[in-house]
Amino acid sequence: MNFGRFFRSTVGIGLTAAFLVALPFIAATGGQAWVRILDFAILYVFLALGLNIVVGLAGLLDLGYIAFYAVGAYTWALLASPHFGLHWPIWAILPIAAGLACFAGVLLGSPTLKLRGDYLAIVTLGFGEIVRIFLNNLNAPINVTNGPQGITLIDPVSFGAFKFSGTTQIFGVALSGPQKYYFLLVALAILVIIINIRLQNSRIGRAWQAIREDEIAAKAIGINTRNLKLLAFAMGASFGGVAGGIFSAMQGFVSPESFSLLESIMILAMVVLGGMGHIPGVILGAVLLTVLPEVLRYGVGPLQMAVFGKMLVDPESLRMLVFGLALVLVMRFKPAGLWPSPERQRELQETGK
Amino acid sequence: MDIFLQQIINGLVQGSIYALVALGYTMVYGIMGLINFAHGEVVMIGTLVTITVAGSLIKAGMPVAVAGLAGLMAAVLVCMALGWALERVAYRPLRNAPRLTPLITAIGMSIVLQNLAMMIWGRNYMTFPSLLPKVDFEFAGANFTMIQVIIVLVSAATMGGLLLLVYRTKLGMAMRATAQNPAVASLMGVNINRVIAAAFVIGSALGALAGVMVGTYYEIAHYQMGFMLGLKAFTAAVLGGIGNLAGAMLGGILLGIIEALGAGYIGDLTGGFLGSHYQDIFAFVVLIVVLMFKPSGLFGEKTGDRA
Repeated sequence: MNFGRFFRSTVGIGLTAAFLVALPFIAATGGQAWVRILDFAILYVFLALGLNIVVGLAGLLDLGYIAFYAVGAYTWALLASPHFGLHWPIWAILPIAAGLACFAGVLLGSPTLKLRGDYLAIVTLGFGEIVRIFLNNLNAPINVTNGPQGITLIDPVSFGAFKFSGTTQIFGVALSGPQKYYFLLVALAILVIIINIRLQNSRIGRAWQAIREDEIAAKAIGINTRNLKLLAFAMGASFGGVAGGIFSAMQGFVSPESFSLLESIMILAMVVLGGMGHIPGVILGAVLLTVLPEVLRYGVGPLQMAVFGKMLVDPESLRMLVFGLALVLVMRFKPAGLWPSPERQRELQETGK
Repeated sequence: MDIFLQQIINGLVQGSIYALVALGYTMVYGIMGLINFAHGEVVMIGTLVTITVAGSLIKAGMPVAVAGLAGLMAAVLVCMALGWALERVAYRPLRNAPRLTPLITAIGMSIVLQNLAMMIWGRNYMTFPSLLPKVDFEFAGANFTMIQVIIVLVSAATMGGLLLLVYRTKLGMAMRATAQNPAVASLMGVNINRVIAAAFVIGSALGALAGVMVGTYYEIAHYQMGFMLGLKAFTAAVLGGIGNLAGAMLGGILLGIIEALGAGYIGDLTGGFLGSHYQDIFAFVVLIVVLMFKPSGLFGEKTGDRA
């Protein structure tokens, strides 16, 4: 082994780790709200990487990904809240959430195997809407989801007596609730990143990429396209389910509003804007698209006051307007995403596109 | 039986509106393979422009008919300009980009237009001025209004006109040629840029008309109304086989009728378990079922397996 390279990569990993550990404490100086934003950024990294398996690796355009997130979130909410009086532990709920989401993924995947490109997109979109409409209306005749009001007082994540809500002292360092969730989420995100990297270079990952590039050719060389497409749906969905469970516990509250089509679109935008199929790009896209709207939220109001001396336009709509424009501009000038994989960049240059 | 006929009529009206909007999606998709997610917002802007123009003209003492026509004209012109600008500014630079890139651009433009509309017209529901006299008819136990009759007739006439344009004029021939193969069409002297711009402009004009109809029918408008309407219309276009004009028309009307019948009968069908608030589910369930058996829509051409 080349010692220099080993040394450099060790230093790189060390610096990244130090940065990741320091980040929640740096963010906390701006208030716990920023730590919470950080938590969401990592949760979205997790979700975007899950969707990246489906869209980026296997090339299946999924516009209903949020449905699996919703399945996970409601699984946690129903099994750990006063709504049904159940308070199951995390190691029972998370596998159930992942399993149910996985089942939903196969359920969506199996009738859509024959569909291509945009037809698949609209069907997945419809599936997402169906799930949301059911969540909204399953409060009668039997009250399962409590309808539009959603479910409140959901248990936080806890391991035995160690709860993730409230502040605790660990080795003399005070850790707030969001900071604890941060470390849990980072651990989960690292796990997903490792799974993604391992998948990408595995037999399965290469088969997915073959299907993405040319399904007929993939079939011709003996790839079982049916099973592999289902596997992509199932895997992406399980990640969505786990993320949903953590979301539910972190918020303490879920309602159908959190699972609108716009959310699915946002996650897809993260994957595409970052650089489809390229793990660092997807991470960048997820962090940017979570943090940018928040920065704008705190930025556009005061900025208007400073420049014009009064509020000219509603800051909330100005924020979304800038966000929409940012999407358009990035796609205009970086059509393959902000940080595309080197191979993809080369392909685009070769074809002169 | 009365409910059945009544729901068929309601569905037909809603379906004609879906069909007009669906045409905008399907024309653009047929020619350049792009889902123009911002089309629903174009429809919304058409409705809101009519409210402003017709409303202020009526307030200024103009006869309702004149004000209504002026509102409609204004909406059509604004939407045509908007459609043209969308294509020119947002989509044209991306014509050779990876497949998902224009999709994200379309979503971005949709967010931009929605928030622009909110800045201009505010976040409250607005009442649409009543432009048509309220006359009721009765037929075989079902009631319908003058407005419903006019909506169905006007959309039928418009769709007829569109078919004539596409199948009987030079521009229409150029459009069909571009849809089949843009490269070869341009070798035959078709100006691709003009054809694509025309598809956007015509689609937007149809959208504006649909927007005015929605406003007249429900008498209410909102900056977020374009989203669900666009989604349903797009579903209709896919149901009929996207890229196919007749498919979009039939898909729209079919979707409207299925929704209306579904909302009317779902309670009876499920023994009261599911109520009419599940109406929105029908569009999507029907879509999934149809695509399971006909993967390219009801009237779509069989897309061969091409590399």
